[in-house]
Amino acid sequence: MTALQVRGLHHAYGPTPVLEGVDLDVPAGRIVALVGPSGCGKTTLLHLCAGLLAPQQGRIAQPFAPSALMFQQPRLLPWMSTLDNIALGLKAQGMARAERRRHATEAALALGLPAPSLAQFPAELSGGMQSRAALARALVLAPRLLLMDEPFGALDVGLRGQLHQLLLARQAAQGMAVLLITHDLMEAVRLADTVLVMAAAPGRIVARYEPPGAALARGDALVYRCTAELQQHPEVRAAFGLPGPAQEDGDGAIAHGHWQPVASAAHPADSRSSC
Amino acid sequence: MKLLWRLLRGMPAYLWSGWGAAASLLLFVALWELGAGYYGPLILPSPLATFAALQGLVTSGAAWPELAVTARRALLGLLLAAGAGSALGLLAGLSMTASMMARPWVTLLLGMPPIAWLVLAMLWFGAGDGTPVFTVFVACLPVVFIGALQGTRTLDHHLKDMARAYRLPWRMRLLDLYLPHVAAYLFPAWITALGSSWKVAVMAELLATSDGVGAALAVTRSHLDTSASLAWICAVVGSLLALEYALLEPVKRELERWRGAGT
Repeated sequence: MTALQVRGLHHAYGPTPVLEGVDLDVPAGRIVALVGPSGCGKTTLLHLCAGLLAPQQGRIAQPFAPSALMFQQPRLLPWMSTLDNIALGLKAQGMARAERRRHATEAALALGLPAPSLAQFPAELSGGMQSRAALARALVLAPRLLLMDEPFGALDVGLRGQLHQLLLARQAAQGMAVLLITHDLMEAVRLADTVLVMAAAPGRIVARYEPPGAALARGDALVYRCTAELQQHPEVRAAFGLPGPAQEDGDGAIAHGHWQPVASAAHPADSRSSC
Repeated sequence: MKLLWRLLRGMPAYLWSGWGAAASLLLFVALWELGAGYYGPLILPSPLATFAALQGLVTSGAAWPELAVTARRALLGLLLAAGAGSALGLLAGLSMTASMMARPWVTLLLGMPPIAWLVLAMLWFGAGDGTPVFTVFVACLPVVFIGALQGTRTLDHHLKDMARAYRLPWRMRLLDLYLPHVAAYLFPAWITALGSSWKVAVMAELLATSDGVGAALAVTRSHLDTSASLAWICAVVGSLLALEYALLEPVKRELERWRGAGT
């Protein structure tokens, strides 16, 4: 099965180790969320997966093509109309102007961007619209792998919910692999098939959690319970610097997620292989 | 078609914005008049006398050929400098090493007086077009070069990463990523270079050639004809203003339309 595979990845900025012995798999059709505190090396890991950084030690196999990356900020070109921004990746692939504009318009409308906004410059759009445009720019490529770096961090709860649903629907329809970075546990639980918890200094994966069922079918109540369950895990509390052991809330609410041991933490020696 | 319509629609507002410039120019003329009254016509002829002399030059048909010759030399030198300077500056801006190496060269070239280049150019090129064109080129080159270099260095690295992530080919990176940003630095540099191109061309002609505005100025000087000298100066400055505000400024506004968006 095709999968983005990361094995024994180490990375350092100068003398400071940022990632140490990271292993992860993102198989086709799955959404993997990587949660961790700010500065734990999540973005570095994503940039390594996207090929924006060269791995120093370890191995990354990225068999998906095309892939697309959605950044923390929309990063639209301010001098291009929104439509041309969305069509940017298609233009880079060499698609003819009329055709790429048609595809871009379809993608934009599917994400709820109003038609008049497509002729406007990004600066004339609200933050939410800019995020939609950035998502459209990624999705219009019909990527087999979508890498996302806290893409919805700046949006309000309502907009975030809408974009989550749009993303999940597209993912279910196209079966793309998604690697999502976030520091929002609830976002991770809502979207992901697998949640990987990263700890900082140096960045490493310390826990792996699988929320129950398909992401599209999870209701709010289940997401809240799973988020609470995730947050009570000692590794998660330690990673985010939350004080003390988790409190039992006494109402006996039971979620149905599964904890799995993390191989790299159990066998640190195995993760040191490099290419 | 859309572009033409937008330009036409923007024309009245653009022309209307010229009133401020006109008012400040008229204030300058008033100060000139004041100075003329104080110093007398031999030192500083009044604006009216100057404009009359200029009109005489235009109606006699003496002005246009000389202006055309000077314009040809200034603009050819400017065009060469703008082309080479923009391209080289962009290339140098892409590389940290090249930018660091280029800085002292630019200081050196900017610090070298144009008159020194002119002397060298007279030795190298003789009395033809080559001398003024080369002097203009070498005087304008560092200005344009440093503009392009600064523009390239200041492009947001977030956008550069985005371009890499979306695998933009080099042609798209140049046309869709770098040039729109660098234009904001290039245009002021081109406008500065346009000004110095005319100055330097006239200077070169004064010393090195027998035609062009500079040569005409040399003749008026030898006749002690101050009003004719000022008339030639007005002709040059007028052409310069016309070029900048009728050509460069509208192009700049069109290319930088996005800057006004969303504010």
